[in-house]
Amino acid sequence: MSLAERVLDGDIRAAARLMRDIDDRFKSAVEELKTLYPHTGNAYIIGITGPPGAGKSTLVDQIVAAYRKRDLLVGVVAIDPTSPFSGGAILGDRIRMNRHADDAGVFIRSLATRGALGGLSRSTMDVANVMDAMGMDVIVIETVGVGQDEVDIVSTAHTTVVVMVPGLGDDIQAIKAGILEIGDVFVVNKADRDGAERTARELTTMLEMKHPDEDGWVPRVMKTEGSRGVGIEELVEEFDAHRTYLKESGALQRLIEERNAKVFADTLKDELFESVMSAISENGTYQDILNGLRDRSTDPYSAVQKVMAESAFT
Amino acid sequence: MAERRVRVLVGKPGLDGHDRGAKIIARAFRDAGFEVIYTGLHQTPEQIVSAAIQEDVDCVALSILSGAHNTLLPAVKEILVEKGAADIVLMAGGVIPEDDIPGLKKSGIAEVFTPGTSTETIVGWVRDNVTPHA
Repeated sequence: MSLAERVLDGDIRAAARLMRDIDDRFKSAVEELKTLYPHTGNAYIIGITGPPGAGKSTLVDQIVAAYRKRDLLVGVVAIDPTSPFSGGAILGDRIRMNRHADDAGVFIRSLATRGALGGLSRSTMDVANVMDAMGMDVIVIETVGVGQDEVDIVSTAHTTVVVMVPGLGDDIQAIKAGILEIGDVFVVNKADRDGAERTARELTTMLEMKHPDEDGWVPRVMKTEGSRGVGIEELVEEFDAHRTYLKESGALQRLIEERNAKVFADTLKDELFESVMSAISENGTYQDILNGLRDRSTDPYSAVQKVMAESAFT
Repeated sequence: MAERRVRVLVGKPGLDGHDRGAKIIARAFRDAGFEVIYTGLHQTPEQIVSAAIQEDVDCVALSILSGAHNTLLPAVKEILVEKGAADIVLMAGGVIPEDDIPGLKKSGIAEVFTPGTSTETIVGWVRDNVTPHA
């Protein structure tokens, strides 16, 4: 049996191995993903993002517990940064959620960014697809701790949750572009701390100035204390509300179509680059171009145009 | 063909609360280019094995300072075998009397490192003895 067939059969080791093959960019993984693709598209994907130390992993742990109470199967993809020096990584999100490790209704996978800059790893969507095919009802994706501009989660999740904590900056931070624009739900975690009220108020003011979605979703600011589980039930109910809104307004269909277009474009880009690059490396053109650039007899723009002219697509 | 990145789970089974050693090892593994899944303190053998399987690690490295090594380490090995994951290399480090080491090795613990071992030695051992899953 192929890995994909074993995944559909409920084999946990096969699923874990396939995720590894995807992450390590094995060619064979593409074939397996083809088999799984018809079995995907059923899971509800929640993205959790926010700065380092905001309590994302602890919130994920509580969200998993809340969905397990409803008897839903939950997958978690937790991403932590890769060292730019050694290529190694310490994936520590599990520390907060490993109590769910031996619950057969939960599957947690840690991924390293491996150089990706948008807050996720390149493999995130495909790993989530494997969980989807495994029959997970809900998939929670936790991004790396983000700064201001790591917004890839928006094009992966159905509901994007931005987690903030008190004391990170003044209200100018709250009106800047970037992650504060992407939340469908905002959370002020560690709400027992000084300044929580003020942070919540500033976020609310910022959101009031925002033009509402064309279909009228207005993000709310929720307060939680992840470590004690305070506010989690309300938070999960807000996810329900957003999910219902997506379905009923038709926004979900749009989201899916945008996503499909993006996945296709990204895959095409990767494949084209790889095939052109390997072709010109093999026939020596690449070396010629590098030589030309060295003595300034050609420029990068002409070189690319020349390569394109020789390929079948122009 | 793309290359495998070595993945190692570092964890602390049982009740002792001293994780400084585990963190130092995790850091050394990171610097060696491994992906380290750190599961933290107070893990049951079941949790460790489930995490190791979900994360598809090549090696489980357990730090243990409580004296319960003769119970906990073979328990982890047993569950690994039970769950069809006997190929995952199990190693341990900590305050473990020399006299206990032969017994542990007999029950399937691949290597045991005692206090004073350099991180280079441990990283080197992993490089030599852990082959990433094909």
